[in-house]
Amino acid sequence: MSDSDAQNLREVRAIIARHKLGDLIFLVTGLLVLMIAVLTFIALFSHMLIDGLPRLSWDFFTSFPSRRPGSAGILSAWVGTTLVMIVTAAAAVPLGVGAGIYLEEYAPKNILTEIIEINVTNLAGVPSIIYGLLALSLFVHQLGFGQSILSAGLALALLILPIVIVATREAIRAIPVTIREGAYALGATKWQTVSDHLLPYSAAGILTGIIIGLARAIGETAPIITIGALTFIAFLPPSPFKEEFPYISFEWLMAPFTVMPIQMFNWVSRPEEAFQVNAAAAGLVLVIMTLTMNALAIYLRYRMRKNLKW
Amino acid sequence: MQFPVTARRSDNTPDSSTLGYNYRRHLSERFIEAMLFLTAFVSVAITLAIVVMLVTESLSFFKHVSLWEFLTDTQWTPLFDNAHYGILPLVSGTVVSSAVALLVAIPMGTITAIYLSEFAPFTVREMAKPFLELLGGVPTVVYGYFALLFVTPLLQKIFPELPGFSLLSAGLVMGIMIIPYVSSMAEDAMRAVPMHLREGSYAMGATRFQTAVRVVMPGAFSGIAAAYILGISRAVGETMVVAIAAGMQPNLTWNPMEPAATITAYIVQVSLGDLPHGSIGYQTIFAAGLTLLLITLVFNIIGHLLRKRFREVY
Repeated sequence: MSDSDAQNLREVRAIIARHKLGDLIFLVTGLLVLMIAVLTFIALFSHMLIDGLPRLSWDFFTSFPSRRPGSAGILSAWVGTTLVMIVTAAAAVPLGVGAGIYLEEYAPKNILTEIIEINVTNLAGVPSIIYGLLALSLFVHQLGFGQSILSAGLALALLILPIVIVATREAIRAIPVTIREGAYALGATKWQTVSDHLLPYSAAGILTGIIIGLARAIGETAPIITIGALTFIAFLPPSPFKEEFPYISFEWLMAPFTVMPIQMFNWVSRPEEAFQVNAAAAGLVLVIMTLTMNALAIYLRYRMRKNLKW
Repeated sequence: MQFPVTARRSDNTPDSSTLGYNYRRHLSERFIEAMLFLTAFVSVAITLAIVVMLVTESLSFFKHVSLWEFLTDTQWTPLFDNAHYGILPLVSGTVVSSAVALLVAIPMGTITAIYLSEFAPFTVREMAKPFLELLGGVPTVVYGYFALLFVTPLLQKIFPELPGFSLLSAGLVMGIMIIPYVSSMAEDAMRAVPMHLREGSYAMGATRFQTAVRVVMPGAFSGIAAAYILGISRAVGETMVVAIAAGMQPNLTWNPMEPAATITAYIVQVSLGDLPHGSIGYQTIFAAGLTLLLITLVFNIIGHLLRKRFREVY
């Protein structure tokens, strides 16, 4: 081997070593960035846990907000959140699943379909506060629903509609075409095919989308503030259950309300430190609620992927 | 795929009972299809309603305030006696907080995406992806709390002159909040790049990093651009973090160390008060909302054009 060959070899090895070092540096950077995200989450959670955990007691869940931070609680907030979520689910699930089925199974290939599809994508990018403005103008004033649970629930339903539609479409699209052909071959109509085969088989995927959508809706604050929800509510909406016939009442739909994130926002924006402890406790409840729902969705999807073998 | 689902009537008429059945069946099918179409059309109706509502309410606003004043006045004090209606202070707050957020989210989101798509071992990816998803699911009001009561005091230790409300801490937290959106979309785009392109690159002696930056990223450009655009839309439209941690005082500044209101924070501030329906103060939030929607629309159009221009088909 001549000298110049040896030198070439050395140079090549130096280049390789440099490139490998580059790889290593990026590997470390990537891990570091990931760690920053993890650490932020840990900081956020532990900060709330340290501040808020001592406030979490049975009384905190069963008391109304109060001017005295020590005796304030989140009763009206969690009841409000529950009722608003019922309205949201009741509106978003039929609309979203229906639209998903239509776009995936029925829609002819024409301009109208394309407009609807582009539109669903664009709606997902509209800032949530814009939905609040829409609800303020349309539901609160023009339709006269007022600053009620109904207005809030519908506003959030519009907000999560794209999530439900996309999840439904993806779940239905994953079903092989042979299932449809089998059903048609046996004389089933289109709707029979959809309701007896496609919907049951895609139920887990659709459910995942609904859960993720509702988890998003639970944490949304801006649109509900825009509607004009009150931040201080020391009473409960009328009960949906009645003693006499017909046992169910819908008065609560029109009742003023507050929800968890608004209660938390109200406490955060107060200067007294004692209220901020309440905010931490409310935030803790809120985060645990959304994380549980998201984790459930992730688990459902994981199980679905594992079990599904067409 | 279309199949004839009803029996066709022919001249040798079959039993009338079957005919009736088929006719009914056909009708209910059409009815169901019409209902499903209506549900799909709701999304279009929502868009139309948003546009009509914002434009009509803003039009009544612009009857009182000229467009020129709205765009050039440097003060935004619609609720004061000496009212000024210049959107610039709100736009500057929005731009600065979004810029800070994107300076965090775009580099970190891209690095995370490259790492997860090209470098991470299977187990790390399987653990990191759901975790990032959870991070994206934390309510924004909680991030606002975190920015105000954790990040701001922390930053004040480094910059003692930082006020209690600042665009900097709101923007930083917003950036961290947006990372999952950017990274998961960019990663999906990178993983859609076919394996044989990577194999070709490796066969030429390229390292992983070179392959990622020079082969995978250009191949996934349209998806990565879409991820960035999504991040920008999120940052511009984000409300609670800035409303809590950046203060709600309109302030024409380009300095992230100052407190300022964004467009969204102003809408929240007005909504918290009790403005009568139809008053000029009530209309200002719709003019502000229209501005916000137009800003996000511009970015969405840019994203659409980028996607069209650079779409790679494999």
